Amino acid sequence: MRYLRIVVPLFLGLGLWQGAIWILQMPSFILPSPLRVAGALWHARVILAENALITMSEVVIGLLLGAALGWITAVGLAFSVAARNAVRPLLVFSQAVPVFALAPIFTLWFGYGMGSKIAMALLIIYFPVTSSFFDALMRVPAPWLAQAHVMGARRWQVMFTLRIPAALPGFLSGLKLAAVYAPIGAIIGEWVGASKGLGYLMLLANGRGKADLMFAALIVLAVLTLLLHRGVDRGADWFLARRTRSVGPDA
Amino acid sequence: MTLAPPGLVFSGTVRFGTNVLFGPLDVAVPAGQWCCLLGPSGVGKSTVLQCLAGIAGQARAGTDAQAPLTHDGAARADDGRPLHGRIALMAQSDMLLPWLTVSQNIMLGARLRGQRTGKAGRARAAALIAQVGLEGLDHRKPADLSGGQRQRVALARVLFEDRPVVLLDEPFSALDVATRARMQDLAAQSLAGRTVLQVTHDPAEAARLGHRIVVLTRGGMIEAAPPDAPTPRAPDAPQTLATTGRLTRMLLDLT
Repeated sequence: MRYLRIVVPLFLGLGLWQGAIWILQMPSFILPSPLRVAGALWHARVILAENALITMSEVVIGLLLGAALGWITAVGLAFSVAARNAVRPLLVFSQAVPVFALAPIFTLWFGYGMGSKIAMALLIIYFPVTSSFFDALMRVPAPWLAQAHVMGARRWQVMFTLRIPAALPGFLSGLKLAAVYAPIGAIIGEWVGASKGLGYLMLLANGRGKADLMFAALIVLAVLTLLLHRGVDRGADWFLARRTRSVGPDA
Repeated sequence: MTLAPPGLVFSGTVRFGTNVLFGPLDVAVPAGQWCCLLGPSGVGKSTVLQCLAGIAGQARAGTDAQAPLTHDGAARADDGRPLHGRIALMAQSDMLLPWLTVSQNIMLGARLRGQRTGKAGRARAAALIAQVGLEGLDHRKPADLSGGQRQRVALARVLFEDRPVVLLDEPFSALDVATRARMQDLAAQSLAGRTVLQVTHDPAEAARLGHRIVVLTRGGMIEAAPPDAPTPRAPDAPQTLATTGRLTRMLLDLT
């Protein structure tokens, strides 16, 4: 039954795709058939795998760095009112700049290699992670904080023993969003200027009229993004569920 | 208990913005005694405890805005030394951290103060777990405990803090009758000798536990005589029942 839920929509989609080609008489350089794309997937498997590895490395490194930077920013902002007043308007303003418009600048600064793509992925996830974690840090129940005060807690201990653990679900929901956004950043970076990666491969295939390879690259990208999203989702849920469940000899 | 308990003094008026929340009051809790502050819901009983604990009008969870709660009057110990660091607090919500085990929750105060608990601390936590009747549940997390068990953990946490003054903010009001009566017995035994100020809306609870009983109304406060018997008093003793009745009548007539 579980497999049916995946297989039925898959065949429905493939059917619609092939149906559109038959009915609309699409030439294969505009919309290649599923079979042709499958063929391209097989023939170009080495190139696809190499470029997918590059793109996914950019995505994962960008994700890790962006999450770490977002974590540090949120904790810093939650810790200090002065930092909040100084940095928050800046953060909000930075959101008014279309992130994609920065891609050429990053290419200028960080070159045509992986650096500019990592920077792009990092930037695109930085704000969602920061704001989601920061909001959670500020929403820690007041009675917990009051009790910590009565217990004679130190500020740093309140942050690390109480507020950060309490806000962890917020951080993880930011991370779930980030897993969806990060690939977008990497691909944009590759479109603007790259010599490797799935985004680069798509442009290359487009330029040479190889629509089947373009679609093959797109499918690889979609599948990998989906897997990343599911992985982060599952991992976060598993961690949160496990955290409040008893483990140990008497559980 | 490491320190001799001081008595408590609370006097004056509490305002929320410009409205008088309650007062003027003048409550004194003698050192080492258990005082029940009895009153209807919404009369501001908890605020008395928050003033004593130094958390009244404290910034709400992280926001920068202060609640406009003001208290002009005294909320202090009668020995002239500050109360901060000598108080433990127990509320209706158990305030256990869901990601910590029973013993980690009990030792939370030490962790928040940045103290190492060490072997001695863990042994003391284990002894307290046994004292409140939760043997073998050291590694449980709060989600796997019943409401009564969670309040036992909260009581053990208070005992671990080992403070001479204990403030109780309706800690048993969410429990069923039998569980509540058992918790009252346990609390009365384990907190004996400390200065306890308990806020409650339950006349039967005040009649069982209070060395002193103060009835708080919108108009002010009235001192009521407790039964002449050591605490915790049996819930079905004639004196306890008579006091419960008398207190109920006062609440009916005055609030």
